[in-house]
Amino acid sequence: MSGGHIPQEHHEPTSEAGKWLDNRLPVGGLLAHLNSFPTPKNLNWLWVFGGILAVCLVIQIATGVVLAMHYTPHVDHAFASVEHIMRDVNGGWWLRYSHAVGASFFFIAVYIHIFRGIFYGSYKEPREILWIIGVLIYLLMMATAFMGYVLPWGQMSFWGATVITQLFSAIPLVGDNILIWLQGGFAIDNAALNRFFALHYLLPFAIAGLVVLHIWALHHVGNNNPAGVPVRNDSVETAKKDTVPFTPYYTVKDLFAIIVFLIIFAMFVFYAPNYLGHADNYIEANPLVTPAHIVPEWYFLPFYAILRSIPDKLMGVVAMFAAIGVLALLPWLDTSRTRSGAYRPLFQRFFALFFVACLGLGYVGAKSPDDIIIGSVSHEKFSTEEEATAFMTQLLADDPGATVAMAQKIDFDANKVYYDVAETHLAFRYIHLGQLLTLYYFAFFLVILPALGLIERSKALPETIEDHFNAKMAKKKGVSAGATSDGGDKPSAVPAE
Amino acid sequence: MAYLTETLTKAATKAAAVSVLALGLSAAPGLNGGDAHAAGKGVGVIDHDFAHEGAFGAFDPAQLRRGWQIYAEVCSSCHSLNYLSYRNLGEPGGPEFSEEDVKAIAAQFEVQTIDSEGEPIFRPAVPSDKMVAPYPNDEVAKLSNGGALPPDLSLMTKARTGYFGIWKQLAEGMGGPEYVYSLMLGYTDEPPEGFEVGDLYYNRYYPGHRIAMGRQLWEDFEYLDGTVGTVEQQAEDITAFLTWTAEPKMVERKQAGIRNLLFLTLFAVLLWYSNKKLWSSVKKPS
Repeated sequence: MSGGHIPQEHHEPTSEAGKWLDNRLPVGGLLAHLNSFPTPKNLNWLWVFGGILAVCLVIQIATGVVLAMHYTPHVDHAFASVEHIMRDVNGGWWLRYSHAVGASFFFIAVYIHIFRGIFYGSYKEPREILWIIGVLIYLLMMATAFMGYVLPWGQMSFWGATVITQLFSAIPLVGDNILIWLQGGFAIDNAALNRFFALHYLLPFAIAGLVVLHIWALHHVGNNNPAGVPVRNDSVETAKKDTVPFTPYYTVKDLFAIIVFLIIFAMFVFYAPNYLGHADNYIEANPLVTPAHIVPEWYFLPFYAILRSIPDKLMGVVAMFAAIGVLALLPWLDTSRTRSGAYRPLFQRFFALFFVACLGLGYVGAKSPDDIIIGSVSHEKFSTEEEATAFMTQLLADDPGATVAMAQKIDFDANKVYYDVAETHLAFRYIHLGQLLTLYYFAFFLVILPALGLIERSKALPETIEDHFNAKMAKKKGVSAGATSDGGDKPSAVPAE
Repeated sequence: MAYLTETLTKAATKAAAVSVLALGLSAAPGLNGGDAHAAGKGVGVIDHDFAHEGAFGAFDPAQLRRGWQIYAEVCSSCHSLNYLSYRNLGEPGGPEFSEEDVKAIAAQFEVQTIDSEGEPIFRPAVPSDKMVAPYPNDEVAKLSNGGALPPDLSLMTKARTGYFGIWKQLAEGMGGPEYVYSLMLGYTDEPPEGFEVGDLYYNRYYPGHRIAMGRQLWEDFEYLDGTVGTVEQQAEDITAFLTWTAEPKMVERKQAGIRNLLFLTLFAVLLWYSNKKLWSSVKKPS
């Protein structure tokens, strides 16, 4: 069933048993196809994250299934059952920390994978379906992670679930009905916990199914590569000049990358297992006590920032989902005929800004929107509340539009209370930064990418993957040859046409 | 009052916002607006070095036994340890009380059960029992404490944050134990001049500085092992004990980490050279 665009040697079973099986279920042929799959030989280290993500999914499902054997999805027992896992189940702490840290590392890997895809144009024809399946996997990952975070039934579980499900009430007319339907009642309670558990167990298998489609599509169209030029497909022989068989070349390379990834993963599991979580989630859920800060998990923060940067609730929710949805349209928004960002000098600058904007949105999502980033604030100290109030009233009388705030503070050195009146003359707050970054996020997809393809002049592309690979090797050799060679970093890495 | 001067000099922040009365503040759009005003972070905690810190850090069983003594004699009159059983006190990596000691400790408490005729009876606790809570339910607990519910202490050092900022937390941890330690030492004889606490108590490290629990640790605590019972010593011991109750498998975890990282690193080195050798023929210029 090899098919696909890249010509590949046909698998012929040699043994009688192999032939017998092959005539009934060609599983041997499938495995041979997967193993010998012609893979571009110029892939760089950013291409290892697909394999890493497969490992992440396996880790999450394997640890998750065992955790589910010890977990009790009931509001009265969930929190205690998690502590039971941590204290009394053999290796339970390892299972739970691996699963919790594993979720974060799954997202680290998927974000690098997505940014790699955007930079190298991996969504472009003929990989649109491959890309859209990827976006769907990402969407399901977010749903799964969100519901998984509710299961320990800590304070952040409960309040996070409350805030996120409330978003659906913004839908006009039927919002409240949808909210009740989602929660299985009028608030997050046992019904919600039970359905979140059921779905948290189900969705990973849906993800696994989509991963199979993702890999199927990949094996049909072949890998993209840093040069962005296709594998020559006129014959098996020319294809071989551009590619190497997946096994052993990429199995070993990917395995090395997976182990390095696991080293960093292990550092967190064993030495900072709670770093990526919230202390509040070690307090059992209490519907009567709201935590001081309700903050989503770090991997949702950019979208949370987009949500909060729009003053209108419904539009905020629409913007948040649009921020994910726009990814699926990427193959048609990018009008450039050059696939790889490595040959698009203008694109590189906008992409770098986009990358910084995404990190910035994550940072803003973790901050209080009204906190001041840059501002001119004058403070006046008073020893009594009356004086401070009088001063503030005077300020407001002089300028009714003034932004003033009074706070009782403690001078610990003098062991004395004082009153601080702050007048903000000019302030650039996190909400403003979030709005700017949100604007850029959407502009990148909806304005910059479509326009760039029309105005940008790309650099000359290598003619073949083989050329690109050889030039890369020659450059490497030139650099290692040192000062004696004059060809160190000549731009000859990309042969001119 | 030596600890107080230490407290004062070590604290990073000179002043903390207690309450904010905002007038004419720009509207807070979004769903989570208004968080900025929560003075939830308190002041910087005391950075104290504990035996369990670092990749090779381990609990000191003698210190955990002293911590248990403080819990049993002071804290346990109001605070429960719901997620612990008496048997945990004898397990390796913990206070490591002898089997007899664990039995004797458990036997001091009574658990309610029913006899073979269905009548409610009390029997002495055994090591496999969960630790007996001071109050039968939250309502009684609140009634006995002026309306405030004394929280369960099992997870206290993991449920609080003392350090803030992504780099600080990565380098030093979340600061939960430091917060508990600071809280124990955060009481002063008088609240700052002009600071009203009402029926509550002033504590420098408690968010908002008004806490329902009064000062509990005093000089000259009589330790069973003869250690001098200074307030700092008690604060360190109870914090170490509560760090253990929050995560009894912490030492096991750190030791497993060393084994895992050694194996993975060795495996990575082998794979690095395998990969290099494998690709060398492909990379040879043709």
